[in-house]
Amino acid sequence: MFSRLTNIIRKPVRIYFEGELIEALEGDTIASALLAAGVTDFRHSVVSESERGPYCLMGACFECLMEIDGIGHQQACLIPVRDEMRICRENAKRSIVDDL
Amino acid sequence: MTCDVDVVIVGAGPAGMAAASALAQYRAKVVVLDEQGEPGGQIYKSIETVYRSRPADIDFLGPSYFEGDEIVKKFRAEDIDYRPRSTVWHIGSDISFKRRDVFYSRNGTSNKLRPKYIVIATGAIERPVPIEGWTLPGVMTAGAVQSALKTSGIYPSGKLALVGSGPLVLQLANQLLEAHIPISAIVDTTPTGSISRAVAHFPRAITATDYLLRGWKMIKKIKKSGVKVYQSSSNIRVNGDRCVEGLSFISRGVGLNIPVDVVALHEGVIPNTQLTRLLSVDHAWNKRQRAFFPILTGWGETSIAGVFVAGDGGGISGAKSAILSGEITGRMIAQKLDLINESARDLPAEEARLKRLLDTGIRPLLEALYPAPDWIAETSNETLICRCEEITSGQLRTVISQGCYGPNQAKAFLRCGMGACQGRMCGATVTEIIARELRRSPSAVGSYNIRPPIKPISLGELASLQDV
Repeated sequence: MFSRLTNIIRKPVRIYFEGELIEALEGDTIASALLAAGVTDFRHSVVSESERGPYCLMGACFECLMEIDGIGHQQACLIPVRDEMRICRENAKRSIVDDL
Repeated sequence: MTCDVDVVIVGAGPAGMAAASALAQYRAKVVVLDEQGEPGGQIYKSIETVYRSRPADIDFLGPSYFEGDEIVKKFRAEDIDYRPRSTVWHIGSDISFKRRDVFYSRNGTSNKLRPKYIVIATGAIERPVPIEGWTLPGVMTAGAVQSALKTSGIYPSGKLALVGSGPLVLQLANQLLEAHIPISAIVDTTPTGSISRAVAHFPRAITATDYLLRGWKMIKKIKKSGVKVYQSSSNIRVNGDRCVEGLSFISRGVGLNIPVDVVALHEGVIPNTQLTRLLSVDHAWNKRQRAFFPILTGWGETSIAGVFVAGDGGGISGAKSAILSGEITGRMIAQKLDLINESARDLPAEEARLKRLLDTGIRPLLEALYPAPDWIAETSNETLICRCEEITSGQLRTVISQGCYGPNQAKAFLRCGMGACQGRMCGATVTEIIARELRRSPSAVGSYNIRPPIKPISLGELASLQDV
């Protein structure tokens, strides 16, 4: 869905999305790295579990909430990529049984 | 309790940078907290990175972007304690109500600062545009598409439709065209009759001819490009199962269906009032901009003494005016801190006010050309208005008919506004719908009460606070 504009000369950064290696570039936010890698579905909503992706890319809409290095509920549009970062979709609907 | 610093400024956009620079030049101790990694706010986002690593891209991003270089350099040159990647999550009084503490989180740890004065320079957000299908992945705001271009140099590679009205639509279209990024369609929701609406406002806009010229050039470029523009569009719906597949709408009375992959929505910008609402300062409703803004003195002071707002957070006037309002507020605080006398405060402030008056000459014209949408309160019953808790306008209308008379009651009835975004995406819509259904004014209906933390923080971050 998104492509990179030019051959920007920036250091590559290796991140993992759902266990799969993604080549990002230094200076990318997690959201832009994932969009550039063709990811559209960032999380599943809390009520209907429908697919959601970034809406505002400025920290206001909270649609890009993801689990980053094991910590949930983080805004992917505000956090820069780091080598070896592990990113997962947030399936935000919780059940007591799952959490126990 | 003694104060740690003279001034805490929240936000490093044009207004925050200008206020900080004005104060720092008189040696005030200033801390600037900003959520992003570099100064610039949304309008000049990533400007330092672009200059450093992608100078070729400056051309297509256009003059209103690289104008930010000057203020960013000035900000960097002053002795300012700038703390990027800091998320402010609360501003609260101590028990005496005389001082306010600013709580923020940075690198996973929370801290608080006790300043003598606070400047809220958190700018604007794009007005949420509740239409059917707007939660599908691939629907973004025009500002989001622009932001992706600025920060990372990424662009929508599928079929892209710009949907909405206002200068940002023109600007984004121009940037994309300049960068040779294809646009499938512009679905223009500006109602007909813009020239007759605007004609009375041309004389005042003469003071801001550079904007007129820029606007004219942008419109010309779009016309010349041959991009399909669907004028006077309404009843927009995004179609798709798991992501965007198409767009249906009515343009000049004709129903249309077009295939699209990415939708960039825009219906103007509104002040980000999250912090001013949290502080419960007085707000008023602006009929033309269809938004609440905090009521301010000529110096930017809110109804709470010592708490100021600079920039678009106090009403939409654009980046240049935001810089000027930051300077005006900065001088007032410098005088209150006894760093300058009253004449050193007043003369430059008068000059800044005059410049601001000239700069904002364009605003009445823009507001007439691109009126704030009046259809938000009429959004269909099936439309999700609260994206987080997935509440439709139909559900809201039902509880209104059962006696719900305000946004805070609606929260209790439905949970709208209680999700992760804390009402940022539905607050404006909920107020508009309740006002319409009850035939009351939006100011009488009011808006959500905002409670801390205004951004989610972990228990660990909360527990890391010292001396509380």
